[in-house]
Amino acid sequence: MVVDEKIKNKIVSEEITESSENPYLKKLKDFFEEISSLTLFALRFFKEVVRPPYEFKEFVKQSYLIGYKSFPLVAITGLIMGLVLTIQSRPTLAQFGAESWLPAMVAVSIIREIGPVITALIFAGKVGSGIGAELASMKVTEQIDAMEVSGTNPFKYLVVTRILSATIMLPVLVVAADAISLYGAYIGVNLEGDVSFHLFFLQVFEKLSFADVFPAIIKTFFFGFMIALLSCYKGFNANKGTEGVGQAANSAVVLASLSIFIIDMIAVQLTNLFI
Amino acid sequence: MEAVITEIEHLKKSFGNNNVLKDINLKIAKGENLVVFGKSGSGKSVLIKCLVGLIEPDEGKVIVLGKDISELKNEELNILRKKVGFLFQSAALYDSMTVRENLEFPLRDLKSKPKEEIDALVIEALKNVGLEDAIDKMPSELSGGMRKRVGLARTLILKPEIILYDEPTTGLDPITSKEISNLILEVQKKYNTASIIITHDVECARITANRIIILKDGTSAAEGTFDELSESTDESVRAFFK
Ligand SMILES: Nc1ncnc2c1ncn2[C@@H]1O[C@H](COP(=O)(O)OP(=O)(O)OP(=O)(O)O)[C@@H](O)[C@H]1O
Ligand SMILES: [Mg+2]
Repeated sequence: MVVDEKIKNKIVSEEITESSENPYLKKLKDFFEEISSLTLFALRFFKEVVRPPYEFKEFVKQSYLIGYKSFPLVAITGLIMGLVLTIQSRPTLAQFGAESWLPAMVAVSIIREIGPVITALIFAGKVGSGIGAELASMKVTEQIDAMEVSGTNPFKYLVVTRILSATIMLPVLVVAADAISLYGAYIGVNLEGDVSFHLFFLQVFEKLSFADVFPAIIKTFFFGFMIALLSCYKGFNANKGTEGVGQAANSAVVLASLSIFIIDMIAVQLTNLFI
Repeated sequence: MEAVITEIEHLKKSFGNNNVLKDINLKIAKGENLVVFGKSGSGKSVLIKCLVGLIEPDEGKVIVLGKDISELKNEELNILRKKVGFLFQSAALYDSMTVRENLEFPLRDLKSKPKEEIDALVIEALKNVGLEDAIDKMPSELSGGMRKRVGLARTLILKPEIILYDEPTTGLDPITSKEISNLILEVQKKYNTASIIITHDVECARITANRIIILKDGTSAAEGTFDELSESTDESVRAFFK
């Protein structure tokens, strides 16, 4: 009987809270709350990154794990990307009799857009989900609390090092992916033609300008920063329980991928404005 | 009675509608072992988390080693925390580190010390819990009881002035339990530490307790020595000693 009463009370109270608040309004409120706590999280990063003590050893370890360990994946994707893009572009260019433009055109697409974005997406999938799941499981099993009571600042040790590493390592990976991708394009060009390595790169660099390379590299710093920021945020604020770990990893990847496109869009506008 | 080392006054904490702690008042003297009994969910873990600032109380004062926790800045709190050992109920070993690295973690500030000295500290701590063979294992390779003991070694390695044990013997066999209880007693005698020991293990309480409190409905429902409480006329108090 007592249990019945409790359940009844619970249902009634749930009904009240639901009907008293417009669900859309609540969603909107949650959204803005999330944005504001993410902003605070980012501000905390900028505050703590400059303040000693620095966790240099952990930073190096994370750079190794985040950067070096992602390289094979990024390299394979890059190679295939260059190859496929070249094969796909050839028929269109051939229609205009502009096949000699193939290397230059493919190079511009790779370096301006496809290299950074695809590499960042792969990076978000691998590193973002990894960070999200790792920090979330540390949170859920009280490891972050344990760090805190042992007198180490977990934000500095876990979050600052990961965000810094990702911000620095993603641009390096993108440059590597671009280079490998161009090599893929060289292979692609030679599947149906005969262009020497030297001539290929001559054609590529003739058409590439500062305005193609520089903004494309700059934006990858923002990609790396945002991917790690969102993943750390999701992991660090994971809900209790094992399902919290899966949720954190999942929403880390989704948000990080979305943020890549948003930053990309902004970057394009800014580039057109200034260069 | 020796000097009061930790003091809790009118502590209140609720999570939403769940009033976990309603009015807790507590004093612990230097060198005293205080055992906390209480049903599952009665707020024992929450209570000791308030002592190290992991959970912020809604109301009340928490004074540890003469300092009011709520008034400390981050750096000051970190310094204080190094003097307080905390054994988590779940052991909370760092999954990505070996047992050795787990034990070295609290010693990070002492990196200026020579490596041999740190190694010696780690090995001594592991010997205390009978696990010197596990030094290069990962936490995932350990059994539940072993994890608990490594957690205990990690807590004791800094020789803290206050130690908070959250169920140190739960999940251990009776023989190891007794060894751990004796270890807790030994640490108390050797370093004159003050401890709070949360446990359901009567044997552990018998060995370690100078004083026992029973947590019920958010307040301390009974207080006394082991003998006093185990012969209490109150049935609900005696129930803990069966
Ligand atoms: N971070 C938290 N957020 C919300 N509720 C919490 C939180 N921590 C604890 N609680 C609630 O506080 C109550 C007391 O929890 P606590 O972990 O202190 O119990 P306990 O006495 O240690 O129990 P056990 O013996 O099972 O470990 C529980 O009802 C729990 O749901
Ligand atoms: Mg508990």
